[in-house]
Amino acid sequence: MSILINKETKVICQGFTGKQGTFHAKHALAYGTQLMGGVTPGRGGSEHLGLPVFNTVIEAVAATDATASVIYVPPFFAADAILEALDAGIKLIVCITEGIPVLQMLKVKAAMANSDALLIGPNCPGIITPDACKIGIMPGSIHLAGSIGIVSRSGTLTYEAVHQTTLAGLGQSTCVGIGGDPIHGMTFIDVISRFQADDATQGIIMVGEIGGSEEEEAAEYIKVHVTKPVVAYITGLTAPAGKRMGHAGAIVTGGKGTATGKVLALESAGVTVVNSPSLMGEAMKNALQTM
Amino acid sequence: MNIHEFQAKQLFNDYKIPVPDSIVVDSAKAAAQATGKLAGDSWVIKAQVHAGGRGKVGGVKFAKTPEEASDCAAQMLGKLLVTKQTGSAGLPINSVLIEQTYPIKHEFYLSLLVDRHSERLCFISSIAGGMDIEAVAAETPEKITTLFLDPAAGLQGHHCRRVAFSLGLQGEQIKALTKLMHGMVQLFLDKDASQIEINPLVETESGELFALDAKINFDDNAIAAHKDILEFRDTRQEDEKENIAKKFDLNYITLEGNIGCMVNGAGLAMATMDLVKLKGGTPANFLDVGGGTTVEKVTEAFKLIVSDKNVKAVLVNIFGGIVQCDVIAQGIIGALEQVKTELPVIVRLEGTHAEEGRALLHNVAPNIIPADDLDHAAETAVKLAGVGA
Repeated sequence: MSILINKETKVICQGFTGKQGTFHAKHALAYGTQLMGGVTPGRGGSEHLGLPVFNTVIEAVAATDATASVIYVPPFFAADAILEALDAGIKLIVCITEGIPVLQMLKVKAAMANSDALLIGPNCPGIITPDACKIGIMPGSIHLAGSIGIVSRSGTLTYEAVHQTTLAGLGQSTCVGIGGDPIHGMTFIDVISRFQADDATQGIIMVGEIGGSEEEEAAEYIKVHVTKPVVAYITGLTAPAGKRMGHAGAIVTGGKGTATGKVLALESAGVTVVNSPSLMGEAMKNALQTM
Repeated sequence: MNIHEFQAKQLFNDYKIPVPDSIVVDSAKAAAQATGKLAGDSWVIKAQVHAGGRGKVGGVKFAKTPEEASDCAAQMLGKLLVTKQTGSAGLPINSVLIEQTYPIKHEFYLSLLVDRHSERLCFISSIAGGMDIEAVAAETPEKITTLFLDPAAGLQGHHCRRVAFSLGLQGEQIKALTKLMHGMVQLFLDKDASQIEINPLVETESGELFALDAKINFDDNAIAAHKDILEFRDTRQEDEKENIAKKFDLNYITLEGNIGCMVNGAGLAMATMDLVKLKGGTPANFLDVGGGTTVEKVTEAFKLIVSDKNVKAVLVNIFGGIVQCDVIAQGIIGALEQVKTELPVIVRLEGTHAEEGRALLHNVAPNIIPADDLDHAAETAVKLAGVGA
């Protein structure tokens, strides 16, 4: 199996007819994702990439039975798009958009607090279950269906982990990019708990970075609940305090959220922490052999 | 985005957050004149730079006569102020704030920010103001009060009373603090702030409250919606290379090492810096060229990197996803033809069409060194830059 998405997952795309939406929808279709159509307000009733276009997410859900949505709308409209998907009963909302104002995300998270819908991102590459369903901007070609669950705050570092586990012949069960924003949807714990419960997942790679305390919280969780081997890589050891390192969430403030603190927390939870991004695949292979 | 203290105090005024009367000037003569327009018989002269820690390095001085005010301003204006927050280069003092002073009874700390963990706005207050709040939090956490605002209910009277009592305020002062805290929340929400910090918030001998200092940071993601705040921008306080990078949609941060880094993706860019350090070198910059890597962006990125005279080697680390490595390799070759650098450029390409990309870079120029392994690429860059050179 896999987590969150599989071959049966029906997906719609918000911002479908835009440049980003079009480009990545084409790749998703080529990968075999069950993309049912999309939403662009004002373009309802037309066709795009051979699929129906709807004015609203509610109409799209009614017509297609989609349970997942991927969002490629510009940053100032993306919070509205997430809330529209929530209103329409979408269960898995994947927001790729980077640059959503923090105060808008606070409202989104408050609105989602009493719902069972899940949000991945924003500012993330998305989620993929190899050979089954690709929702996001990751290159499908580097993936291999397999046994490693990957969860990461960074896009290209996810690809590194994917590439290495593919070369090692391990492959991936599901890969989730949870995004580089300070206020975001699913956390490390949300994803790792699902990997622990998933039969297809034999090992977990987590890629963290400076800022916030989610890695430390994940370490506490892993210590108690996770029996599968976990390999982690934490980036930002050399990042100066107070500087935002590309991702809005990647910042050390008030001496909190340092890479060293995260590494120590994870090591004390029994996680194998590698000090180079090129060692993630190899470390996982070793960890599985010593099980 | 950061703004100056005097600009933050203008915003405080707009939101009924009490601040001392003050005048911002850019000449010693105007500093002397300003004292005549302000009440009282002593004034404080404060260097306007985008950094804290000014008091310890001569950026805050007191004057009892117009002549002293003029002298203080003359000593500061046109100079570079180096504080623990500015880096070794320091920041230029282009203006100074002349401010009325009061006999002070107590100094407090009050700030409002977004707490990531609770995903709520959060007030932090302390009876120990005027000092480094991180040190207070570490050494005497009992002196800190933290409270979280429910997103629907917002700031309530009980929040303000709790802060007021923890600071030892009474009677009318509680009302004054309540008004002040409401002003902070409204300002925060209206202008998409990411932090508002008042350190110190003072209680005068006569019992009044004033924001003696004012620091506001704004959410870069929202700043485009706030034209009035954008007008506060002072590029003289910002890193020149970082500003050029912004124009080309590149994410660049100047550091102090000698290995220039060009990477796609913020996480991989940080990881590359870490790896350089691990191999014994020091990165000259953080640079994320972004997902849609184009020849133009690669060219501008190279120009930026080689404009830093400290750079002795360049490490390019690209993971080709949907953008293919052979396209990126052509971009790098094109960029190097324009930039004409003699520096060694170590290129690690991985991902889609990586082998084709490496083949294109092979034997193009003696200073272009393709590497197929990230560790090896970082090692080579460190070696060629010369450790400690």
